[in-house]
Amino acid sequence: MNLAVREGLLSFRRAPTLSALSVTTIAFSLFAFGLFGLVALNLRQALDQVGDRVEIRGFIADGTAPEAMSVAVEDIQQFPEVAGVTLVTQAQALERARRELGEFEDVFEPGLLPASIEVRLGEGARSPAAVRAVATRLAAYDFIDDIRYGEEWVAKLYRLRTIATAVGLALGLTFALVSMIIIGSTIRMAVLARAKEIQIMRLVGATDGFIRAPFLIEGGVKGLLGGVVALALTGATYLAIGRFVVQAAFFGPLLAIAGILAGGALGVLASAIAVGRHLREVR
Amino acid sequence: MIRFTRVAKTYASGLPAIEDVSFHLTRGEFAFLTGPSGAGKSTVLKLCYVEERPSGGEVRLLGQSSVLLTARKIPTLRRRLGIVFQDFRLLPDRTAAENVAFALEVTGASAATIGPKVLRVLDKVGLKAKADSRPHELSGGEQQRVAIARALVNDPLLILADEPTGNLDERSTRGVFDLLQQINAGGTTVLMATHDLQLVRASGLRTLEMQRGRLVFDSGAGRAGTPAAGTEELA
Ligand SMILES: Nc1ncnc2c1ncn2[C@@H]1O[C@H](COP(=O)(O)OP(=O)(O)O)[C@@H](O)[C@H]1O
Ligand SMILES: [Mg+2]
Repeated sequence: MNLAVREGLLSFRRAPTLSALSVTTIAFSLFAFGLFGLVALNLRQALDQVGDRVEIRGFIADGTAPEAMSVAVEDIQQFPEVAGVTLVTQAQALERARRELGEFEDVFEPGLLPASIEVRLGEGARSPAAVRAVATRLAAYDFIDDIRYGEEWVAKLYRLRTIATAVGLALGLTFALVSMIIIGSTIRMAVLARAKEIQIMRLVGATDGFIRAPFLIEGGVKGLLGGVVALALTGATYLAIGRFVVQAAFFGPLLAIAGILAGGALGVLASAIAVGRHLREVR
Repeated sequence: MIRFTRVAKTYASGLPAIEDVSFHLTRGEFAFLTGPSGAGKSTVLKLCYVEERPSGGEVRLLGQSSVLLTARKIPTLRRRLGIVFQDFRLLPDRTAAENVAFALEVTGASAATIGPKVLRVLDKVGLKAKADSRPHELSGGEQQRVAIARALVNDPLLILADEPTGNLDERSTRGVFDLLQQINAGGTTVLMATHDLQLVRASGLRTLEMQRGRLVFDSGAGRAGTPAAGTEELA
């Protein structure tokens, strides 16, 4: 194993330019991935914040007994899709309107605005279908006069998120594939450069595992290094954007480490494929 | 040690390379495998060290049958063989000692045991003084001795040599052949492919002659089991 580590790291001395090149290309692939990840992360957070405001409002008929209202509020609170319910009385509605639209203060008279029930939905229940389902159940109370919810708006929001996730996955997989091809071909070059050595190793009875190990280490180290460089580049870009454009969120430490490890895993996997192919071809 | 039973080999691309080859080599023997180029000598040796698998028949080697041998067992088998080629197959960027040590390192030998073993076999092939030379600083004969040292370092039961003197002048050929006989005298079985008929005739050793993929003559066919005559006089 010691020998494998030594051999694996020796490639950096044997072929420094090629090694630097492969680390750089891996880094740029992962960097692109990181940038997209950052966009996705921020988009997601933004969507979540907007999503917190997804609500359904049911207007309550005049003259409804306050007891009936509070029973209804407690009922609705029990819906699995519902995150929170607020009862807005006529007085509160008036006060809110006055506060928000101060210049029209005199226009509002007591009793002009109806009382309402505002329902906020849980994170898993913001799809158009879920919103419609809750709205329908809300409308079933006879003292509810009218229901309002941004059906179109909810659908649009939801579609945006679906697209963002799909594009993210597609791009992520593409980038992962690209970096694997790059690592794979650099390892393949290293394998071919050492074909004679491998041939002799086999003749004197080295196992395939033993032959493979240095290349897996080489690929893994290159992947990890690429991951670190990519994280640094992503971090630098994030700081620059934060300074000049807009304050955004960055990956947490767990995600950052996962990203670096993903680089290592890609490297190991790509090497395994490249060496395995060679070992099969020359048996 | 080696038993071929009606062995045939057809490569993916074409006609049979060898057909219906049967012979038996016992422990301690020295045998030549002769025949013109393309006769199938290398193929027989490749079947021995399992670079190729027979298309028909059975190859038995060191108690293992080609029929049952799984790929996982090949490395273990090869550690008990020493293989020598016409083109030496040394690593150009390593010294003689490093080339020999390589065979031990890649089989997972401990670092402490490698040094003394390498010196011992280099001494045996008469190259102790050139332990630190790289292949390009050595003559062809010396390079082949390094290769033989590498083949010996795992204490093989059997040496397979594919035209080991094919690239050497007469004097080096003599030296390498004498060395192989000396190794054989120590109890190691040797199967050596060559088309140097002069060498074969002068030695009086067991000869397996191939032509167009068939074994056409085996001087030891009747007396397989006894080490070939002549070993002592040339050792
Ligand atoms: N890897 C291979 N693929 C296809 N044909 C081969 C291969 N190796 C050898 N042959 C053929 O098998 C025959 C025997 O070759 P070989 O065993 O190398 O003979 P020799 O060593 O006696 O010169 C030749 O006709 C050769 O062309
Ligand atoms: Mg040949």
